[in-house]
Amino acid sequence: MINFTEVRETNEMIERENLDVRTITMGISLLDCADPSLPALCNKIYEKIHRTAKDLVSVGEEIARDYRIPIVNKRISVTPISLIAGSACRTTEDYVQVAKTLDSVAKDVGVNFIGGFSALVSKSMTPADELLIRSLPQALSQTDIVCASVNVGSTKTGINMDAVRLLGNVIKETAQATADYDSIGCVKLVVFCNAPDDNPFMAGAFHGVTEGDAVLNIGVSGPGVVKTALEKVRGADFETLCETIKKTAFKVTRVGQLVAREASRRLDVPFGIVDLSLAPTPAVGDSVADILCEMGLEYAGAPGTTAALALLNDQVKKGGIMASSYVGGLSGAFIPVSEDQGMIDAVLKGALSIEKLEAMTCVCSVGLDMIAVPGDTKATTISGIIADEMAIGMINQKTTAVRIIPVAGKKAGDHAEFGGLLGHAPIMPVNAFSCDAFVNRGGRIPAPVHSFKN
Amino acid sequence: MNKAIITVVGKDTVGIIAKVCTYLAQRGVNILDISQTIVGGIFNMMMIVDISALSEPFHEMADSLEKLGAEEIGVQIKVQKEEIFDSMHRI
Repeated sequence: MINFTEVRETNEMIERENLDVRTITMGISLLDCADPSLPALCNKIYEKIHRTAKDLVSVGEEIARDYRIPIVNKRISVTPISLIAGSACRTTEDYVQVAKTLDSVAKDVGVNFIGGFSALVSKSMTPADELLIRSLPQALSQTDIVCASVNVGSTKTGINMDAVRLLGNVIKETAQATADYDSIGCVKLVVFCNAPDDNPFMAGAFHGVTEGDAVLNIGVSGPGVVKTALEKVRGADFETLCETIKKTAFKVTRVGQLVAREASRRLDVPFGIVDLSLAPTPAVGDSVADILCEMGLEYAGAPGTTAALALLNDQVKKGGIMASSYVGGLSGAFIPVSEDQGMIDAVLKGALSIEKLEAMTCVCSVGLDMIAVPGDTKATTISGIIADEMAIGMINQKTTAVRIIPVAGKKAGDHAEFGGLLGHAPIMPVNAFSCDAFVNRGGRIPAPVHSFKN
Repeated sequence: MNKAIITVVGKDTVGIIAKVCTYLAQRGVNILDISQTIVGGIFNMMMIVDISALSEPFHEMADSLEKLGAEEIGVQIKVQKEEIFDSMHRI
């Protein structure tokens, strides 16, 4: 029988340590909506999403009330739009129409974000893919809750450097198009290598082509819970440290699994996966950087940070995999700068640089996330940063991503404000030496050798 | 059977159990198990209850019981479905 200590532990996790289910994301296939006529395409998209997801928000709120546990976000991910809109969209404006349709249906069903304004171009781009990418500055500035992603590389295909070069310009243009709001358009755009098909987290969520008609994916969270658990084992050896993280991750994931099963039953939509990611928020006490500090670092970014993060990430997976048979998505620790107060503090103290963040991304999901850089950063420099991050993913057979914001009109040391869960970020200095000639070569980087691992 | 767990924590006073139990009885909630201790004047109680015959939505009962604790008795009352503890603490 359950005892008092266990009950109290669970109650405290929810009340004081910010244990929550970060997101219920419904993946919806739009493959059956393809149509050569743009108005017909938009109608079909609106109708299918509305029909499938109309109860998502109310059921999410019902479960949150019944289990007394917050479910922070309800979201939708859809089939990458470039796959279904190719025959209907002839211009970038046509793609913007589709983005606006997604925006309006998402608002009508009441979700926080809709993801999947995406293109998968890891080897090369179709005209439809390229047009969608070129429409991003308009699409992201004229919509509010549409999220976009582009997969530009994979371990099996190599890196599409033409797309990387194009995205450097697109990110700059998106920053300009949303200059009045600290370039917030870039916050809704992720560039991936090895993007997963079942990621429930934004801005990178899309409903992969290998998925069914509709699916529910759940993202758990709980950096605050892990931090509190570690406070009780200060000074203990690594075995104790690992054991504590593992047990805590197990408990957190089980809550996600419970909510996932319940949501699946009530909505009559199959359960897909639980994503184990430790996802921070700007709230005090909900920080991944604070866990690293609790392990014994003065600030995130100090020597030892990569090792601490590797350990954390691995133990979270070990505990989580035991708790749920269907683990997927990104499943790792997120290290976004703007969404994590501990990371922001580390940057302000000068403890954390983009280069150290890049090293940290080798051992955790996802990548350079929510990093604000000076508005005058060159497009080729942004492409260079993306290429570096994609190479880490390609060689190490892991997902990596870049969500970088060249904040228009601001320089290193200034501050950008994105609001809500997106948080705020100090503008970080960027290595200003040129990579123009490298980025401008054109073509693609071949797939790596799959043997001779060193 | 549909079970919930109620915890009551706070400064000890006369009639805590009586008030909580009366409240539950009025709503068709059957008490299956009560364990209670007082440590240093602090009252700790855990109840396992059957909510199969509950006469109102679960979250309304949970909200109003929390309110009863905070406003009338001066203790903290928490109500949770049993599944959440089972899934978290049992393999």
